[in-house]
Amino acid sequence: MSAPITDVHVTLSRWPFRRLPLDETPALVEALQSRGIAQAWAGSFDALLHKDIASVNARLSDECAKHGSGVLLPFGAVNPKLPDWEEDLRRCAETFGMRGIRLHPNYHGYTLNEPVFAQLLQRATDHKLIVQITTAMEDERMMHPLMQVKPVDVNPLVDLLPAIPGARIVLLNALRTVPAQILPKIIGAGEVYAEIASLEGVGGIANILQRMPVERLLFGSHAPLFYLDSALLKCNESSVTAEQRRAIQHENAARLLGSS
Amino acid sequence: MLNPPAEIWDLHTHLSGVAGRTPDERMAKLLEFADRMGVDKLVVFMGLEFAYEPTPEKFRLENDEVLQALSHYHNRAVGFVYLNPKFPQESLDEFDRCVVNGPMVGIKLWVAEHCNATSLDPIIARAAEHKAPIFQHTWIKITGNLPGESTPMELAELAVRHPEAILICGHTGGDWEQGIRAIRPHKNVYADLAGGDPTSGFTEMAVRELGAERVLFGSDAGGRSFASQLAKVYSARISDDDKRLILGGNLKRLLTPILEAKGVKP
Repeated sequence: MSAPITDVHVTLSRWPFRRLPLDETPALVEALQSRGIAQAWAGSFDALLHKDIASVNARLSDECAKHGSGVLLPFGAVNPKLPDWEEDLRRCAETFGMRGIRLHPNYHGYTLNEPVFAQLLQRATDHKLIVQITTAMEDERMMHPLMQVKPVDVNPLVDLLPAIPGARIVLLNALRTVPAQILPKIIGAGEVYAEIASLEGVGGIANILQRMPVERLLFGSHAPLFYLDSALLKCNESSVTAEQRRAIQHENAARLLGSS
Repeated sequence: MLNPPAEIWDLHTHLSGVAGRTPDERMAKLLEFADRMGVDKLVVFMGLEFAYEPTPEKFRLENDEVLQALSHYHNRAVGFVYLNPKFPQESLDEFDRCVVNGPMVGIKLWVAEHCNATSLDPIIARAAEHKAPIFQHTWIKITGNLPGESTPMELAELAVRHPEAILICGHTGGDWEQGIRAIRPHKNVYADLAGGDPTSGFTEMAVRELGAERVLFGSDAGGRSFASQLAKVYSARISDDDKRLILGGNLKRLLTPILEAKGVKP
């Protein structure tokens, strides 16, 4: 029997620009389970543009509980540009018992240089929450003309993370947006992880392991916006050891979650 | 992923993005990954280093590199000749060298010239005469196309002028929701799935609007992974019969006449 897989990057509800084949939660969960994915960390597409983040997070928590079949772990959103964002963070941790949050700095209009991001990261760390930062949702070249969103610059993490001990960051879709030559510096700045959803090129996993330790690489699919089999097949394309594969597909995420 | 496994013909691969100092080394490496992913046959075009506007000397060099790469692997790979329509006569001569008198079976056009330019007409006519498919790179970038970069709408114009030609819409314009619509009325234009993110819904829309017979699997390896591009077919909510057509059946059907004319069993 294959080892269980943890997918750290799925999203529920509706992508704003088109319907997706798996954008109904039961269908997504069925697809995940059919491929051996035993746990998936789920954010909400609603978090990109909705201002009522509190209700987005409540719906996300409810949807995971009702339709998650024990597979989905909700990762709520916090937008630090909204008034009283601290209450959204508190609810994620205390009301919903979430294990982490997912941030969208580019859709919410701030950079990682801004003091409010440092405040948010500190408070999330105080709550022992994993912090996912989505660096991009889609290829910039094909965005809606009225909704062009630049990737998140993650360079400020290098200076920020040493000042926030205990912070645990998971970068989503970063292996396309972060230049390969600066990736080691970002990963080495603290407890920073990246997932494989947007990793490209033949033998991509073997290639990226030359630039970052296997302990920091996670399995992420970006489903349902990306076809689910993409991330799964990447694990077959590269020549990696069974130990490396287990670490990427499950053990690293389990260790990260276990420490939260 | 299909039982029994599908025969997979990859429409769109390169010698770039793969480790190796020579065309032979890179071809061997590319096939190592193809084998791992169950890809049976590759179409290869362009050389070790790409040029947006290749001179005749440059496109001949790139084609020589592909010919060298193919030389040990005729059972696993075929080539499309890379041309620049800004040099019409030199392009025709190169087509004759590599396709009419050589082993290549199609044409690759990239970003040197917009594909609705009349300078393409003699090249397309010659390709049609020899039943050689023409792969035209296309993209619709909201961030701005390259100066000579074609769109699917421009390819549709070319299709009207050359209804007898087999035209392949490279990347289906990247922005595939527009690209599929642009080529939809033109039955001699085929959609290439390669080279963009594995965005779900692409394959389903292509099959719905064009029919599975007009949709072709390609990867754009080595810059893209075989994995992400195969997922566009394996994950799609379409029938297994349609998946088999897309993964290999369609391309095999399109290349069979020119391969048989060369005495090659597809």
